[in-house]
Amino acid sequence: MREKPAREFGFDTRAIHAGQRPEPYTGARAVPIFQTTSYVFEDPDSAAAYFNLQEYGNTYTRIMNPTTAVFEERVASLEGAAGGVAFASGLAAQAAAFFTMLVPGDHVVSSAALYGGSITQLKHLQRKLGFEVTFVDPDDLDQWRAALRPNTKVLFGETIGNPGGNVLDIEAVAAIAHERGAPLMIDSTFATPYLCRPMEWGADIVTHSATKFIGGHGTSIGGIATESGNFNWSNGRFPVVADPSPAYHGLAFHETFGVYGYLMKLRAESLRDLGGALSPFNAFLFLLGLETLPLRMAKHVENALAVARWLETQPGVTRVRYPGLDSSPYRELAKKYLPRGAGAIFSFDLPGGRDAGRRFIEALTIWSHLANVGDAKSLVIHPASTTHRQLSDEELTAAGISAGTIRLSVGLESAPDLLADLEAGLRAVSAKTEARA
Amino acid sequence: MSQPVVAPRWQDPFAILAILTTAKTIAIVGLSPNELRASHFVGFYLRRHGYRIVPVNPREKAILGETSYPTIGEVPFPIDVVDVFRQPDAVPEIAREAVRAGAKALWCQYNVISPEGGDIAERAGLRVVMDRCMKVEHARHLGRMHWLGFNTGNVTARRGGP
Repeated sequence: MREKPAREFGFDTRAIHAGQRPEPYTGARAVPIFQTTSYVFEDPDSAAAYFNLQEYGNTYTRIMNPTTAVFEERVASLEGAAGGVAFASGLAAQAAAFFTMLVPGDHVVSSAALYGGSITQLKHLQRKLGFEVTFVDPDDLDQWRAALRPNTKVLFGETIGNPGGNVLDIEAVAAIAHERGAPLMIDSTFATPYLCRPMEWGADIVTHSATKFIGGHGTSIGGIATESGNFNWSNGRFPVVADPSPAYHGLAFHETFGVYGYLMKLRAESLRDLGGALSPFNAFLFLLGLETLPLRMAKHVENALAVARWLETQPGVTRVRYPGLDSSPYRELAKKYLPRGAGAIFSFDLPGGRDAGRRFIEALTIWSHLANVGDAKSLVIHPASTTHRQLSDEELTAAGISAGTIRLSVGLESAPDLLADLEAGLRAVSAKTEARA
Repeated sequence: MSQPVVAPRWQDPFAILAILTTAKTIAIVGLSPNELRASHFVGFYLRRHGYRIVPVNPREKAILGETSYPTIGEVPFPIDVVDVFRQPDAVPEIAREAVRAGAKALWCQYNVISPEGGDIAERAGLRVVMDRCMKVEHARHLGRMHWLGFNTGNVTARRGGP
């Protein structure tokens, strides 16, 4: 009999070990990359049992893969979830999580301060799949409540809004959702489970773009959806989850698989049918990232706070939106939900609008100008001309940004080097401004 | 939706592992012949993993190829575990039958929560597990649940099993 621990293992231990038992055949200590499409069945009965979901068995890498499974279980362990299903991107994970629970005619209430790609995704999905989305100011609990309808099936927000830095009052919004018999789904990409575990505050589904801090090195696109197992999908409001599935001869996923019902459906139907499977090689790189997630996040938030505090003292900067600053309207929420640090992605405003943003970015040499966040490298972007380009001016305002907003993803370099580079950028902006005057 | 709190000792991993690694014969009370029901999934899985399954269902003659008995008392051979898929109010009587039959453990599936039934079995010296699924716990500790990305809770640097 295997000995059992008398206590829970710590976060850092699970970041390194959870999900993996050293491989039985070779003893390989690293997680092997099972770069295979398919798996030889022991016998026809076993194959039938796998396809009937009567036995846990590998069938095809579009649905499951032993390397990817280590990644899934490890993130689930870190989030405190019942399990996870990995996808080819964060947006694929999010789309599949919605797809699993929504049908035409349903209603979604979402924070308006989301990653631009998420807002675009929701708008396309509602038009093409026939459900409705109401966007609300995430800071205003009355707006969340007022937006509820009899057919509201899920509330959605981000732990730390992008790029306004809104910290969501997860506990309060979860309570609003649960009063309506709806789950709360959280994109916690910016926080990672190291900084915040939304399920501890009542969230039911937590998604990540693993592309960001989880991978941590800007090498791979991927995502994951995790579920707590606590939400009662058989509350009468989710026949699409609870009723017999025609795809599995009438199997009722939630009744049969209990706390694992939604996750089974997410994998065996949504991942299988939509097809956005994660590459095993990317899962391997994400696992390497997770091993050092606690170390990296601690340095990310340390550098981010140093940069934010410095920017706040600069005359050429009008607003620094880092929830870790004492001046932030989100400081109290950040203390509650993000006690180890308020992330490493935030924005600040240059008064000169689009032109100032462009000159600032042109002057930088160590900050990389690109459309990503959560890399070991420090990254910078001008949202109004890139990630949020598809949004109207009204939508930009709703997302809490302006034409002169610069977004930073603070990396792991020496903080003085990051500050010196930003100073050069601010000098370039002010030089031009003075020349004009 | 409030349910009685299940005593932690009735969800103890040591007890669960002890049952899973020593049991040979498992009577499943309320085993359904419908292969889409949870009880059938559990029976199918446990049989596949080498346990002898004894259906206890008065409405059926045989399930999963095994003779079905109307009650635990009518099973003519020793039983190690009584696994319950019934309403909680049926558990105290099932627990008394399990005790009389000389079973070593009473296992109550998800939402089959009966402190009274648990006490009856425990006082007679049976191990008790409650609000846990025997298939899930087998797959978690001894099987392949980790292949589907579920959080097994297992953390170990020891070389793995199957």
